[in-house]
Amino acid sequence: MSAMADPISVPPPAASVSVSMPPAPAGATTPFAPAQPGQVAEEVAFDINRFSLWYSAHQALHEVSIKIPSRKVTAIIGPSGCGKSTFLRALNRMHELSPGVRITGDLRLYGEDLYSPAIDATLVRRRVGMVFQKSNPFPTMTIAENVLCGLRLNGIKDKQLLRDRLEQSLRMSALWDEVKDHLYRPGTSLSGGQQQRLCIARAIAVRPEVLLLDEPCSALDPIATAKVEELIHELKKDYTIVIVTHNMQQAARVSDRTAFFYMGKLIEYAATRTIFMNPSNPQTEAYVSGRFG
Amino acid sequence: MNASVPSAPTFLQAAPRGHAWRKFKSRAMGVLMLGSSIAVMTPLFLVLYFLVHEGASAIDWNFFTHLPKPSGELGGGMANAIVGSIVLLAMAACVGVPLGVLGGIYLAEYGSQRANYWIRYAADVLNGIPSIVWGMVVYLLLVVPFKTFSAYAGGAALGLMMIPLVMRTTEEMLLLVPQGYREAALALGIPRWKIITIIVVRAAMKGIITGILVALARVAGETAPLLFTALGNNFWNRNLAEPIAALPLQIFAYAISPYDDWHRQAWAGALVLLGMILILNIFVRLISRDRKFT
Repeated sequence: MSAMADPISVPPPAASVSVSMPPAPAGATTPFAPAQPGQVAEEVAFDINRFSLWYSAHQALHEVSIKIPSRKVTAIIGPSGCGKSTFLRALNRMHELSPGVRITGDLRLYGEDLYSPAIDATLVRRRVGMVFQKSNPFPTMTIAENVLCGLRLNGIKDKQLLRDRLEQSLRMSALWDEVKDHLYRPGTSLSGGQQQRLCIARAIAVRPEVLLLDEPCSALDPIATAKVEELIHELKKDYTIVIVTHNMQQAARVSDRTAFFYMGKLIEYAATRTIFMNPSNPQTEAYVSGRFG
Repeated sequence: MNASVPSAPTFLQAAPRGHAWRKFKSRAMGVLMLGSSIAVMTPLFLVLYFLVHEGASAIDWNFFTHLPKPSGELGGGMANAIVGSIVLLAMAACVGVPLGVLGGIYLAEYGSQRANYWIRYAADVLNGIPSIVWGMVVYLLLVVPFKTFSAYAGGAALGLMMIPLVMRTTEEMLLLVPQGYREAALALGIPRWKIITIIVVRAAMKGIITGILVALARVAGETAPLLFTALGNNFWNRNLAEPIAALPLQIFAYAISPYDDWHRQAWAGALVLLGMILILNIFVRLISRDRKFT
């Protein structure tokens, strides 16, 4: 697995254990060691403390405390229904669409409370973009319109800027060469893998700081998956990426850190290599070795 | 090889008891169902046959260009009624389309479950209100206070009838737009009203237009709501605050008259009305042919 060959920072063993229940005092749950000798300490993007979420009476997340590093890829794994998608959607307040959602706890992005009543959800989502499991280019728009839609509908009219963004975004999502000659065809005319990369281009065209990927490859074939994974490696230079995946090889390949969720609880969170090679929680070990879930 | 080798039974030998009876029943039911579907289509052909047989002879250029004339005079037409019907439909659309579409958007995108339950219930009750009742209500609201029958009152009556129809189809079409598009747009930080107008409504546009045309076709033939609102008029309407002619009203007036030539004109008017509704329906077919998400 390529992730293991990568020089991933290994946090000091004493700090590599992270268990959310019972909740430890804030700040002590997650290791944040210097990334590599000689580098500055990792910057924290999301700082989440004892975050719980209910759908009406059903509690989907139980006091999750986690620090997600800036400009790294953090993978969220766990069996279906463990709350990983819910957690991801909480990071840009997407779950507010569902009726009867209630939250407690603290969720901060670079120190700012995302759930402060003063902050509108649209402002949060401009900084925290999202790509979904099922590719969903807007059906009434061309490829170019799809990419630029977020900018245009947020009131940007500068033609030069829009043209530049269009090319940059499509280049970053590794789609430019395939679509540059038919930018004005419908977005839905592309293949499944291209559509998903179009959705990534659309998400990065508005220049968010964080990109949330909700099982972005589960509907793609292995070749398209490889392209998207390559893209994730490229994007992490500029973006904080949080990816939910069912595919553990994928988590191992693309992520720097991995969080294992089970039954709405964060069971373990550590460097990806630690999670896969030397997990400290028996449930994590059982899951990553394929014995349950 | 000789005959002593046991051979497999043929299909008929292996058939269970009562097989022939079962086949007979199956065929009988098939014939019955075919007969029912023919019975459904027969009235349509009867209507078309009588309209063409009785009315086609009275349709000529004058019919579309001239005002009605007294019985016995040649060259009378229904030009005013044809134009009147179109005017009334346009006014009905002005009332029914905005209210219906906005109501449908509210139901699909904003309303709470409780509110939606009551709004849908109200719309369904409205749909069931007999059209003559609409006419009476509008008579009280728009005819009595202004002391005159008017095109406005007729358009309002037809428009009010359109609202529940347009509202429910708009809602259904919007709900067919996959949630994924709304989520993708929200994730771009686009304000909700822009998402609804520019992405969701546009995606459902064909379905919404289809619903509007169906509602127009439905009210185009209504006579009862016009009886005490638009009233009818034998001349050109020059002021929408005065009575206006409409095809269904003209057909009604001519059909109950004692004159043969007026009867023929009534048939011709019915044929033209049916033709107009048919054209609307053809548009509906053309638009909805390649609709997405269905």
